[in-house]
Amino acid sequence: MYKNSINFMLLFSRQGKLRLQKWYVPLSDKERKKISRDLVQTILARKPKMCSFLEWRDLKIVYKRYASLYFCCAVEDQDNELITLEIIHRYVELLDKYFGSVCELDIIFNFEKAYFILDEFLLGGEAQETSKKNVLKAIEQADLLQEEAEAPRSVLEEIGLT
Amino acid sequence: MSDVVEKTLTALPGLLSLDSQSTKLSSTSKLGNLIRGITELTSKHEEEKLIQRELTSIKEQVSSPNTSMRQMKELMVRAIYCEMLGYEASFSYIHAIKLAQQGTALEKRVGYLAVSLFLNESHELLLLLVNTVLKDLQSTNLIEVCMALTVVSQMFPKDMIPAILPLVEEKLNHPKEIIRRKAVLALYKFYLIAPNQVQHIHNKFRKALCDKDPGVMTASLHIYLQMIQENPEGYKDLTTSFVTILKQVVGGKLPMDFNYHSVPAPWLQIQLLRILLFCSTIFLCRDVAALCIHCVSLFFYCIQPLSSFPAILYESAKCIGNFVLSLKINLKYLGLKALTYVVQQHPKLALQHQMTIIECLDHPDLIIKRETLELLFRITNAQNVSVIVEKMLEFLPFLKIMLCCCIIYTLFIVLILFSYEEYTYAPDNEWFIETMSTVFSVGGDMMQPDIPNSFLKLLSEGFDSVEEDRKLRLFAVDSYVSLLQGEPGKLPQRFLQVISWVLGEYSYLREELEAATVLRLLAKLLDMKSTSSETKSWVLMAMTKLCEGGAGVSVTQEVCETYGSSLDTVLRQRAQELQHLSQDCELRARVLPRGAGLEPLEVDSSLSFLDGFVSEALAAGAAPYKAPHQRQEELAQAKALSLEPYGLSLPISMSSCSIADRQSPTLLSVSSGLSGDSPDLSHKGGSTTLKLDGVKRVWGREGYLSEREPVEESAHVEVPSPLQSPSQQGEADSSQSQTLTPIPTPQPEQEKQQLASSLFVGLGSQSSVCLMGKSESTTQRFRRKAKGTVSSSGASEQISNSLASTPSTANHLLCNNLLDSNITSDLAVSSLEQTSQLSQGPAAANGICDVELTGSDMSETSPTLIRDNGVVAADPAPHEDPDKLKDLCLRTHLPAEFSGLCHSEITPLCTNQTLDFSACHLQKEDSLALVAFIYNCILMFCSFQVSCVCDSPVQEARSHSVAVCQYSLTVKRPSVHVEVVGTASYQFPAGTPHSAQFSYKLPLTSFIRPLTVSTEEYGAMWLDFSHDTKQKLTLISDGQEPLTDTLNVLKKKLQLHVVEIIGMEGIVACRLLRDQPCLMHCRLHAGTLSVWLRSPVPDLPDCLMYHCQRALQEH
Repeated sequence: MYKNSINFMLLFSRQGKLRLQKWYVPLSDKERKKISRDLVQTILARKPKMCSFLEWRDLKIVYKRYASLYFCCAVEDQDNELITLEIIHRYVELLDKYFGSVCELDIIFNFEKAYFILDEFLLGGEAQETSKKNVLKAIEQADLLQEEAEAPRSVLEEIGLT
Repeated sequence: MSDVVEKTLTALPGLLSLDSQSTKLSSTSKLGNLIRGITELTSKHEEEKLIQRELTSIKEQVSSPNTSMRQMKELMVRAIYCEMLGYEASFSYIHAIKLAQQGTALEKRVGYLAVSLFLNESHELLLLLVNTVLKDLQSTNLIEVCMALTVVSQMFPKDMIPAILPLVEEKLNHPKEIIRRKAVLALYKFYLIAPNQVQHIHNKFRKALCDKDPGVMTASLHIYLQMIQENPEGYKDLTTSFVTILKQVVGGKLPMDFNYHSVPAPWLQIQLLRILLFCSTIFLCRDVAALCIHCVSLFFYCIQPLSSFPAILYESAKCIGNFVLSLKINLKYLGLKALTYVVQQHPKLALQHQMTIIECLDHPDLIIKRETLELLFRITNAQNVSVIVEKMLEFLPFLKIMLCCCIIYTLFIVLILFSYEEYTYAPDNEWFIETMSTVFSVGGDMMQPDIPNSFLKLLSEGFDSVEEDRKLRLFAVDSYVSLLQGEPGKLPQRFLQVISWVLGEYSYLREELEAATVLRLLAKLLDMKSTSSETKSWVLMAMTKLCEGGAGVSVTQEVCETYGSSLDTVLRQRAQELQHLSQDCELRARVLPRGAGLEPLEVDSSLSFLDGFVSEALAAGAAPYKAPHQRQEELAQAKALSLEPYGLSLPISMSSCSIADRQSPTLLSVSSGLSGDSPDLSHKGGSTTLKLDGVKRVWGREGYLSEREPVEESAHVEVPSPLQSPSQQGEADSSQSQTLTPIPTPQPEQEKQQLASSLFVGLGSQSSVCLMGKSESTTQRFRRKAKGTVSSSGASEQISNSLASTPSTANHLLCNNLLDSNITSDLAVSSLEQTSQLSQGPAAANGICDVELTGSDMSETSPTLIRDNGVVAADPAPHEDPDKLKDLCLRTHLPAEFSGLCHSEITPLCTNQTLDFSACHLQKEDSLALVAFIYNCILMFCSFQVSCVCDSPVQEARSHSVAVCQYSLTVKRPSVHVEVVGTASYQFPAGTPHSAQFSYKLPLTSFIRPLTVSTEEYGAMWLDFSHDTKQKLTLISDGQEPLTDTLNVLKKKLQLHVVEIIGMEGIVACRLLRDQPCLMHCRLHAGTLSVWLRSPVPDLPDCLMYHCQRALQEH
């Protein structure tokens, strides 16, 4: 079996509602539900002053709370906790830059955008691009498509080529 | 941390207030309505109803032909949302694929996203996506290509990789960096799921590594990390490149936007560091160390593997301190963790932080607490064991199952080890039994079964003193009887099993305790509902032991009646035993002698007593037994006739032979030979009868007959002897005084200090910490530590025997003096876990191997001036070209006895300002010699000592001279690559000792020698060997005779001995130094070579198979 560095990423609210879930390891629906239920419960039970790391099954769980939203990442045992915490933070920075002072509502109503950003930042469980500028550039280019959906095809291609 | 983000996030209300945000949010959309609808609901039930309604409506719309792609996109987003809330929307999966296929770019994007969220890698619908991906990869629209590559890197059906591989490969040359980056990541994914598919593009990975875009380069590192982990050998040449990249990153050469809070590309740094740790870092030790220190202070990544470099350790100790003392809880956690890693080798580090550690023990966060306990466990020694155990027990009830198991287990090891080793010191009997009772009752059924087992073993084997043993057992009996008299229903099953065993075995020790009382107590257990049937059979066993002399007849009778007809066969068996044995005293005494725990039990594992039965069955026409793998093999061969020659000569009357050799492959080939098809038979007939005759002669009856005897022997299963403690308690007391702070302090502080002093006692001495070999449990690397034991005697004589030139007498004297300075050092023999990437299936070449070095031989040569100059000139840049020069120069120092032999390239192992350490290996007929060259670069005398398993004598090297040590290597346990790790310690006359570590890796093939046997001997040996492996290898088919060609290649590359080639088959033999044979049988089959390797040595066939494969592939 191969190993990705990040096994999955979950975003959930203080009420325990999932806001985003991304799985980088193949798991059945049932397992996914069980894992997220277990983890959400465990993490919500922890107090604010406690540390951001857990050892859970054979994974390391790294989580951080931003306002009402918890970001939680599961990594392999040999991975570094601190660097994972910074991955979470960089993702939050990206969201913040994209939405402009991001809040939970942005993520709820535009969760597909949040997924797009995540896909540009992490790919297949590994960090793909750590430059903030490059990630946002990629997203903006794809978004331009959306806005000018009615524009003729050749223009699209030009945008793509720039 | 960016405070701005946090502030903006906290400033906003957590709950939904929709009015203010409505412009930004798509509140008018249907998704908006859905989300709003859900938030207004109060109960879970209502939510369910709403979502079901929503799903029905989505379902209707997606299947309607009038729905436009644009609407479809909207619907898909809603479906994703419903799935996220935990409601299944599987009907939409197929539509997601359709959307990805038919939509325009922006709809595609949602389609692909939905696919990647809905389906996992193994979903069958994914096959439908392949065409879409293919089309998009060829699109002229970059965004579409990006989307396709993104989805490919996340999930793609393994079987379909070949279909898109060329297109993805092509993208590596794309002008846009984002495409190149994604293509590299897609290939990384392919590499992970199907490594053999991307083998041919390794060169392109190199190009990606050199890409001018840092993103593409970073992406390629994922692949390299993976590949280097699997084969560190293969990428040594890249090490310098990685170091250069790391230097550039650290030096801030990357664009500013890669910075993360003013740290240049931290993720990239960590990634590079990880790679370098797998490469031969030791070689580049100095360079990397400097960089590591930088990184370590940032991210603390590498503490564990790096802690062996003293320089780094010193630096990191400082930052561990900062971390541990930090007020930020996350840093504290990491500090504790790092401390846990290093404390084994450097227990004194813990001393500096003892008060912090004590505070952490009372931390409200259980995770911190647990980490602290883990740390304490690492520093456990005989003196503080009871305090630490007490702390751990306090903690037990709060832990989750998994943690609990870990702790209990470790705790138990501590207990066992110390009770063996320091019995007088360690806790007394009562303490021991009571602690274990607590462990059992709290740990309950979650703990691994080997814990109670080892506890029982400990009880039955006892310690040195008979009296102590008796007391211990007696106390256990007393304590368990009182437990049973209390509320046994609350005790976990495992504990009940332990209790019944102990009572059955030892309750006779307490004379005033009547067997009948115990029996009644045990019978009570049987009546409890909660008792599992496993426990019941333990109880019944105990009762059988106790029912002597008609004690408690009524109880036994009753029990027998109840369970004699139980549906559980085990229970019924036990009940029957109880009944019979309780009536027949004599038999009972023979079957269950009292206090027989210590006598080894004889078990006939070959089941020879069944031979009569088996041969009868065979005579009656039953099929002979075949092991599962043989059955499988037979299935595979069912269609083709086996042509194995040694199959034919066997007597066809199988009944006589099958008992003797159930495992033998020959039987199998007989049976498959008999059942073979006609085409192959005729083919065989065509290959002349002459050969068949030859076969008969070769594999004659004699060869087989000689194999018949060994079945008789019966195996002895002996209870292993108690654990031996690896070393004794050191001079612990001397250091104790340093740990205590003498300044008077207020009361609570004093308590803590008292605790500290009891916890950290005995830490000063190194030996107390490595007492238990705990290193193995933490390092998790494949490293094993062993103390060098062989003393270095007779060094001076050997020096005087030196071959090339005679050293001056002055040196001689100095040398003798220096012999006294005994520098201890360790050897770490490590083996690298290797998964052969080249093989089709998962190769099984894993394992730990031991390399044994024997004998050392030294000589010193004084080089000529010219050579000196050459080397000095080369020295400033040791990693570059001058290596060749040095190689030439060092070659001249090879001992004369080796001059005729071919030797490997001389590789530098470790280089620093003073020493230049290189080595090469030579293949001698009967051994493998490792020759190490130590070159003293500076103008001073220097004494040194090289230690592997055996310490070499301390030797002295004059300035600019080369000393040569020679070792003979043998392999204890085979593995694909063998690595010798050792330490060179050296000292200047008036200086402190230094040491440098080195490792030298060589393939297993260096240890392989031809084995000359005749075909008869081969046949006899074949049956003897129990470890085997089979695989199909590619054939070298450029010549007339593919089999002969292939075997010749193997013979040339791996030094095998081709015994004989008969028609389509060939037999080959070789041996692993010194004399561990391995036999190989090859057969041409459908254009491939079926190879079957057998050997008495475990792992050897697998490793050799790997090398055969490599050899043929490289050809």
